[in-house]
This record gives sequence, structure tokens and C-alpha cells, in this order.
Amino acid sequence: MTNKVLHDAITQPEGRIEVKNTTCYMCACRCGIRVTLRDNEVRYIQGNPEHPLNKGVICAKGASGIMKQYSPARLTKPLLRKPGSMRGDAEFEEISWDKAFDLMEERMAHLRSTDPKKFALFTGRDQMQALTGLFAKQYGTPNYAAHGGFCSVNMAAGMIYTIGGSFWEFGGPDLERSKLFIMIGTAEDHHSNPMKIALSEFKRNGGRFISINPVRTGYSAIADEWVPIKPGTDGALILAIIHELIKTGLYDREFLQDYSNAGQLVNLDKDSDVFGMFARMDITDPEEGCFDHQNQLWWDRHTNRPVRTHTEGADPFLLGEYELEDGTPVKPAFQLLKEQVEEYTPEWAASVTGIPAETIRRLAHEMGITARDEKIELPIAWTDTWGREHQSVVGNPVAFHSMRGTAAHSNGFQTIRAMAILMSILGTIDRPGGFRHKAPFPRPIPPCPKTPNGPDGVKPDTPLGGMPLGWPADPNDLFVDEKGEPVRIDKGFSWEFPLSAHGLMHNAITNAWRGDPYPIDTLMIFMANMAWNSAMNTSEVRNMLNDKDENGEYKIPFLIVADAFQSEMVAYADLVLPDTTYLERHDVMSMLDRPISEFDGPVDSVRIPVVPPKGDCKPFQEVLIEMGSRLKLPAFTTADGARKYRDYPEFITNFETEPGSGIGFLAGWRGKGGEKFMKGEPNPNQWEMYEKNNCVYQYHLPKSYQYMRNWNQGYLTWAQDHRLTRYDEPINIHIYSEVLQKFRLAAEGKRPGKQPPEHLRKRIIEHFNPLPFYSEPLESQLTDKHKYPLNAITQRPMAMYHSWDSQNAWLRQIHAHNYLHVHPSLGEKHGFGDGDWIYVESMHGKVRCMARFSEAVEPGTVWTWNAIGKAKGAWNLGEKANESEKGFLLNHLISEELPTNECGEHISNSDPITGQAGWYDVRVRVYKAEDDADHTLPQFDMMNTLPGMEKRRKWQGFFAGMFTQKKNGGAK
Amino acid sequence: MTQLALIIDLNVCVGCSACVTSCKEWNTSGPAGFMSDDNPYDKDPTGTFFNRVQTYEVGTFPNTETVHFPKSCLHCEEPPCVPVCPTGASYKREEDGIVLVDYDKCIGCKYCTWACPYGAREIDEHQKVMKKCTLCVDRIYDESLPEAERKPACVMSCPTNARLFGDVSDPDSHVSQLIREEGGYQLMPEWGTKPSNHYLPRRKTRVKIHEDELVRVDNPLTKEQKEHHAPIEGITLDDSSFI
Repeated sequence: MTNKVLHDAITQPEGRIEVKNTTCYMCACRCGIRVTLRDNEVRYIQGNPEHPLNKGVICAKGASGIMKQYSPARLTKPLLRKPGSMRGDAEFEEISWDKAFDLMEERMAHLRSTDPKKFALFTGRDQMQALTGLFAKQYGTPNYAAHGGFCSVNMAAGMIYTIGGSFWEFGGPDLERSKLFIMIGTAEDHHSNPMKIALSEFKRNGGRFISINPVRTGYSAIADEWVPIKPGTDGALILAIIHELIKTGLYDREFLQDYSNAGQLVNLDKDSDVFGMFARMDITDPEEGCFDHQNQLWWDRHTNRPVRTHTEGADPFLLGEYELEDGTPVKPAFQLLKEQVEEYTPEWAASVTGIPAETIRRLAHEMGITARDEKIELPIAWTDTWGREHQSVVGNPVAFHSMRGTAAHSNGFQTIRAMAILMSILGTIDRPGGFRHKAPFPRPIPPCPKTPNGPDGVKPDTPLGGMPLGWPADPNDLFVDEKGEPVRIDKGFSWEFPLSAHGLMHNAITNAWRGDPYPIDTLMIFMANMAWNSAMNTSEVRNMLNDKDENGEYKIPFLIVADAFQSEMVAYADLVLPDTTYLERHDVMSMLDRPISEFDGPVDSVRIPVVPPKGDCKPFQEVLIEMGSRLKLPAFTTADGARKYRDYPEFITNFETEPGSGIGFLAGWRGKGGEKFMKGEPNPNQWEMYEKNNCVYQYHLPKSYQYMRNWNQGYLTWAQDHRLTRYDEPINIHIYSEVLQKFRLAAEGKRPGKQPPEHLRKRIIEHFNPLPFYSEPLESQLTDKHKYPLNAITQRPMAMYHSWDSQNAWLRQIHAHNYLHVHPSLGEKHGFGDGDWIYVESMHGKVRCMARFSEAVEPGTVWTWNAIGKAKGAWNLGEKANESEKGFLLNHLISEELPTNECGEHISNSDPITGQAGWYDVRVRVYKAEDDADHTLPQFDMMNTLPGMEKRRKWQGFFAGMFTQKKNGGAK
Repeated sequence: MTQLALIIDLNVCVGCSACVTSCKEWNTSGPAGFMSDDNPYDKDPTGTFFNRVQTYEVGTFPNTETVHFPKSCLHCEEPPCVPVCPTGASYKREEDGIVLVDYDKCIGCKYCTWACPYGAREIDEHQKVMKKCTLCVDRIYDESLPEAERKPACVMSCPTNARLFGDVSDPDSHVSQLIREEGGYQLMPEWGTKPSNHYLPRRKTRVKIHEDELVRVDNPLTKEQKEHHAPIEGITLDDSSFI
């Protein structure tokens, strides 16, 4: 076939054709795919038309899965660093899996029986947190997290602590019924195909789309209006919109009154220890639990006196000030919100955001008037949790979507809380045309899972005494010792970052290297490129991974890296575990994790292998099952210590959260014959049933359970019956956050129980404001903005995901290198032209790169595509590959820690509430580089090709069925 | 007469490049394949693609439009690539108007590349033949595929449904209707090539807010006034009246 061409344009070439369904993993979207094989090679990957998520479409990445499968950057053998070689030199020898397991068993068994926290497991965008988290918990280490802390935990936490749900996997904009859609801080992803499908239909149905973003690319390109904003100031804009909506009365009073705490009376007795807490009626024998006891008070308009909330016939004031019988001054929460936003006028916000005050006012009016005047009424009867019957479901058709642009700032939590409050005062929560939840959300505010609350939760040879990640409800839930110091290596759930629901992976290596709060022994990293694009301060982190103590021992003694590709991180491993591709393994998108639910009910899905693993690749899932068995972790072994599960598929079929609980990883076709869902005994044929059904299980809730789920008695009872939630109590929106106020009271010394260290009291008092407020990002506050006047941000392109795709021959032809996109006025000012080499410099370092002039960027902002730049030789790219010669990482300019400040040394460059990495807070300047510059800086030594990897092809002509056997193309 | 063609709706195209790679993955293993890649893992990778997306900026900040513009063979009614071909390899099918290349006749002379004003042709450096979009002629008549899938791969994949496929010579077809009603246009009609593919322009949805829409008798702020007022301090007329 090599050079023969075909005459016939129509007839398909011969070969044995097979078609198999599975789930994509070229990004985190998890579209259904149909894979056609010809003579056992992948011929075509298409979107599965019968899949609810992507309905047959596929994106550039998904359609390039073939090039991932046959990439020469694939690892195929377990590897051990050669004795005497340095980490980073990537000198390895092949070993057997048996030896790899023996090595890990010996080390990890010793750590487990001595000090389990010396083993840390951190994972990237793995889609299997339910298993990795279970493994960590069973092992007994507190040191586990996935990528969420450096991705978008502010989005999850900011919204979940306000409305009990969040964007993307947990909920989203109902664009089918919406009339006005505001996208803020979302570039081209999160999520991908479902957003594209919905956006297109929305526009064709006549909807109006406004994009608020410093840069106009991707989705913003097709917006009816682009509102450029300065990075990190979204909170100022949102608060000014709330100011205008309250001032003009453009809010949904009935919604707020019934479904939020807007009318609840807050104790304003400054001398009281419960200052800022809701005034409550005494109730006898309150049941302990993470639900709202509903014993707060309203001030009733009709009787002009306080009553318990939701008292029949009562109608609370949302504004005003009142005095309880005992003389306690109180105000409704909404009054406090009104007072809080008083200073946030559109004129003030204009000076912060760069958006004209008139535009801000108009945006507010568009939102408020559309919500008020274009109401949707669906003829769906439902009953609320207070027993009131409604003949219809009403919606205010204004929808929002947001992601990392608002989240990845150190003020992101409060910004996102402000956004959730804006969505709430417009009356759009779980209503048609607004925001809608996806199962298992809504969950209580905050959700029930908690970490251990002290060092006693970590004991040798014992599972962790709580969940590795959780949702603190008050200071006593923090995972700190008696001195208030962190128990976790990343300092998650400590006073530095109390609500760090996803951990702080971005600080794990630095902290472990420094031995602060303590040194660890073994760090296991699964598919996270912590020596490159997933690290802040990349160059230094690479040095830390390679740094030794005075005895010549590595400061992080043992490093295990599981990855499918020769990433930059692999170079630093002591032990490399070759993972499979997504086409070679079983996987579950579990309800215990981040499922792919739709607005109208729970959905989960699976991957089923379509091709055998390459070489000695082994799915990381199987590694965990094997290690769980060898280490005799209770979940993986029988009572007598024998191995319980042969392999991952058998584990998935049979595992139950507790013996007999009926809850496992997969929700569909449970029960002996597959007759049950959500809850039911294990079904030995569950995988086959998924396979027969497009690898997806979808349940459509009855229409009357599909909306208003925070307060929908039918839904809440259903959710409880099917074990989605423990309680069927209403989940009222937290306009005012008592949770935050509890932390503030502790910092003020007004609350018994855990107390913050002195140096953090001021920080807690400032940031744990129970109502949203605007503050300049922390890094920005600590920067000389005269010297570094510009904001620098990254965006993810639609055709690349993280660092994953530079090894993909087709996708790298779309993005082989990146530029720094700058407004032409910067070039004029600093004497450089379009395409010139420039330096971009922050107070932490500088990068040399090429400038690309753009009129589609706010002039005070510079930006680039994320993770296109690569270290030389990584991902099996050639020495002169564009990715390392012309591509660059902005990460070198971004520190993982703030400069020393009043809160102390080594404070993470993160949101002080959640620990979300402040990626987009960095301030920079730009200037012309040397005249003879011809490559980016910094540069790194060429990474070696590893044993078991294929040679790079000099050229290729992929033709399925004839490629791997008889290569079309030449190896180099 | 039938003229099959693509209609590309720039109003919804987000520039994701799904059409670029789904085209390549379908066609590289089909009758038009393979579609080679040079330097696939080295400096300046370059390969054969039948479909590429270009991105342009229009206007100056803040009034900037970013336009994603997918480009492929336009299957012209008067294709200039056909008459210049010395071997007759480049031809237009009578039955459906698709412009194709017969690889057995193609000698790789590139005359067609020079003749095509749209840059739609791509020489395969390894097979030394000219290649281009076939409108997935190997899919659209394949009765072994479900009817809904008898479409070009790019149309099937497009997440925003920005690519529509149909007969532009049939005035009743969906694509003809869109061209008529949504301002469909051809690229560089002045060349007289009569491209069959059309583009639909951006359309804006705007709202007008009237001053009086901000005024409502049921403004919720009115509900915040007290229904019962407490007795006021001091003397009123009622207390001091002599009648």
C-alpha cells in the first residue's frame, strides 16, 4: 500500500470491520464514541448518535484519538531509574510488573504500618477520583487530592456553598429555554461539545448571548456582544450589577423569600457571641446532621412581628431593621446584602473593571427585565417541601455560565458566590431557562462528607478516619492539630485554606520538599504533569524534585509516576508505571465521582476496551486493585486477608460502599438481573448491559421532579429513596453565609472550639465575609503595579487538552507553538512589532517568546494558549520541535507561593478560602528581546527517549489496517 | 441537475476544528487516503488536510469581531481546476456536481493548484497526486450506513451544526432556503467560478430597553413598606383638636 493510490473514489478498501462503543477521553467531556476498526486498527472515531451527552458530534480532539493511540510518545514498559543517574535525566531500565509491584509493596506496606501520611497520592484530570480517593482512604493517608485545587475549586465551592450545586458536571445553563445567556470567564472549554451544541441551538432560537471576557476567542467569537473586562475584576462587575438590580427593584422577591435565606433575620448585637448568626427559635432535640433545621426567623409584614420561617400565611420583609423582644437588633439578610453592595456602584465598578458604567447598568437592566418580563411557565404540577402545591413551574430565562476565568483568582470564591447570588436574585435556580442541577446535585449546603478533624484520624494500618476530601461546615471540621497546624501535606482544610474542598495539589511538591509541615517518603503522581504545565513556578519545582539533603538523599525520597506518555514529569520518576490509553481499558464515570448526568436525571457511563493494551501497559485502575490487595486494604480483601477482586471490572461489579448497601460505582442495571438502578445488589452482567446500551445509563426523572429540586418534595424524597442524599430537607439558598460567619467569629475569638493561629486571624476576618465582597487579588496587592502593569492569563484552545496533545500528529499541526497575544498599543509603546521576540516578565521570572498583535484582547491584558510549549524532547518530540523552540509556558512567571507578607512566609498563591490556585493573578511587563533572538527562554536539557518507546516517524501516511504492521512512513 | 454542497454558518462556528480532524481521520483510511504528515513529531509539522479553519480579527478594540472561517473545496459550478488539467484527472461529476480527482490520471503537475483561487487543493508529497475534499463521496451514497450518517464526516462531527449539507440547485432544499433567507454568500464571485459552497454571515440579536420598563407598579421594593405603622411620638392634630 505504501505508495499505491486508489482510483475508485467510492468503494471502501477491504478489511475486517468491527464497530465498538466506548467513551472518549481526549478531554474531560466524556462524549460517547463509536469506534470503527479495520483489521484491528482504529479506522474511525465518531460521536455516538445515540449518546445523550454529545448526540453524535465530536470535537477536533476526539476525532484525533487515532493519533493518540499510535503515538510514538507512548510508554510501554515499567521503568526504574538507573542507579546513579539523576532525576530529570530520564535514564531508566525496563523492569517487570512483578518487580514494580514488589518494590511498591515493600515501601508502601512499611509506611502504612509506621506513618501512613508519608505516602501521598496526587492525581491529575483522571476521572476516577472515586477509586483513587477510596484507595487513599483505605490506605489511611490524608495526603490525597486530584487536580481540582489548581483547576476550578472556586467554581465548585463558591456555588455549592451558595446554591448546593455548581456548573459543568453538577449543573449548567438551560439554554434550550433561555432567552439571555451571559458567559463570563469561559474560553473554549468546560465543557466542550455539550456547550457547543447548546450554544448553537440557543443562537438559532433567537437567544441573546453576551460574553464577558478579557479576550474574544472561541465561544466569545459568536457572542452578540463582547464585554472586555480586566482579569480578576469579575467580582466588581457582578457586585455592581447586584447593586443596580436591588436599587431598581429588578429582583425576584417571591423566589428569594421562599427559597433563600434573604428574609431571615441576622443577629446584629455586636457584643454577642452569635453576632452575624441567624436569630433562631429554640427547638427541642435538634437532630444532628448536615441539613437546615429551618428554625430561623422572618419579620412578618402582616403581623409586624417575628415568626418562624415559612410559617403559613406569613410574608417576610426582605429589607428594614427590627428588634426582637429581648432587645436584639436584627436585619433580614437581604437588607445586609443591600448595604454590602451600596458602595459597589456602576461608576465604581467601571474604574475597576474597565467596563463603562452605562454598559454595566444596561447589562443589569437586560438581565432584570428579561427575567421579569419573559417568564416561562411550564404546565408541570409539583409540590414544595412545605406542602404547597404548585400548578406550574415558572422560569426566568436568564442563564449564566462561568469557569476558570472567574475561578482561578485568589478572590474567586467571593466572586463566584456573588455570581451565584446574582443568579438567585434573578430567580433562576433550577428553573427553566436558568441554572439547572444535574444529579446527584443539589446537595446540602455544605454537602455532608467531612475529613477527619484532627491528627487522630491518621493511624498506622488503619483506613483514614474520614473522607480524604470534604466540605467543612464550621471551624471544628478543620483537619488541624491542637495547635491549629495542618495535618495534610498540602495544608488543605487548615486555617490557611479552610474550605479547600479539592485540596492544593499545586503546593504538595514544594511543601514536601521543604518538609513543611513535615517530610514525606513516597509521592505517587498519576497523570499529572507536575514538572511542567500543572506546576506553578515550574523551573523551581523541577529543581525541588531533584534536590537532595545533606546526606545525599532526595528530599522527596521516592517518586512514582503513572502515565501513558513520556511527559516532562516522567523524567523525574524513580518508578514509571505505563498506563493505557482510553481505548484500551475499562473505566467508569461514576455517580460517586463526577458523573455525566443531564438536567432531567442521573446518567453514568463506562469505557470498554476496543483494542488490547500496547506492550506492557496496564490500566492504573488495575495497579490500584493489585496494590490494594497486596497491602491488604479492607475494601480490597476478604476478612481473612485474601484478595477479593480478580481485576478492575470485577471490582466495579461487586464493590459496595458498605456491605449490602446496594450502592456501587455504577448506577445502572443493578440488582441480580439488572432490574434496579441507583441502588441494588451487584449484577454480574452489569458490564454487558452497559455495553449493549451504548456504554451509558440514563434515567429520566418524572417531569414534576425535574425542577426546583432544592425544594421539590417529590424529588427530595426520590433522591433519598435512591440514596442520592441522606435527608429530604429543603436546600435553601445561602444569600448570607452562616458557614463563613462561623469562621469569622472564631477568628474574632468569639467562638468556642478551634481557633486560628494569630497570624491568620486578620486574613480570616477579612475574607470570610458572610456576604460577597470585592478585593484585589492577593498577588496583585503584593506587586509593584507601576513596574508590572499588565495582567497575564492563559486560555485553553479547543483543539488541545492540557499538555496531552503535542504528541498527537494531527492536533499539533493546529497548535505547534504559541504566541503572547498583545494589543498593538503595547508594541507601539515598547518598540516591538507583530511577530517580534519579546520578554514577558513578572516579579518571579521572565520568559522569552513571540508577540502576536491582537485587537481582540483588553489592552491591559496579555495572554497565551496554555500548555502548548513543551520541554525539549518530552512527548517524544524532536530537538527542534516548534513546541520547545517557539512554544513557551507562562507558568515560569507564576509562583506557587506569595511573597512574604503579614500572614507569613510560604503562603500559597491561592484563594484564602478554598486554596484555589491563583493562576490568573500574575502581573507582568513586556519589552523587546535581543535582535538575534530565535527561540524561547527558558530552555531545558533534551529529555531522553525512554526504553520501550517507538522511534519518531519522519513522515507517516496513516491507513487503518496497514499502519502498525506495515508502516506507511519512515522512522527517524 | 443536482449540485451537492456545504453551507457554513459563520454565525455559530466557534472555530473548534472538529471538521479539520474528523475529515482527516475519515479520509486518510478511505479511497482518498492516505493523507500524509511530514515531520509529524519534529520541526514544522505539515500534512494533507482537505479542510482548514482560519481565524481573522475584524475591527479595532473594543469593536472587534473574531471570525472563524472553515475552508475547503467549494465544488464550483465552473471549476477552474478542471479545464487546466492536462490529463483529465480533475473532473466534475455530472450526477451531483462534486469535483474529484482521478488519482490514476493525476501526474501531480499542480496546474490545478495555481488555477484554484481558493487554495483548496493539497498535493500529497508522498503519493505525488493532488488531493482535495470529495464531499465524502464514499459516505454519502453508502447504503450500508444508516441514512442519517450518509453525510460528509465534517458535517457529522460539527458540534455547532455550523456545516449543513444538501443540494443547492434544488430551490426547496433546506440549504437553498438558508442561502435565500439568511444572506448566504459565495466566496469571490467575481472570479466567475460560481462556488457551490456558501457561507452564512454573522447575525446579531439585540434588545432595546425602554425607560419605562424600569418602572413597575409591582416593583418589589414597594412591598418593603410597612403595612401597620407604630404610633408616632408627640402630639398630632388628632390629640389636640378642639372639635
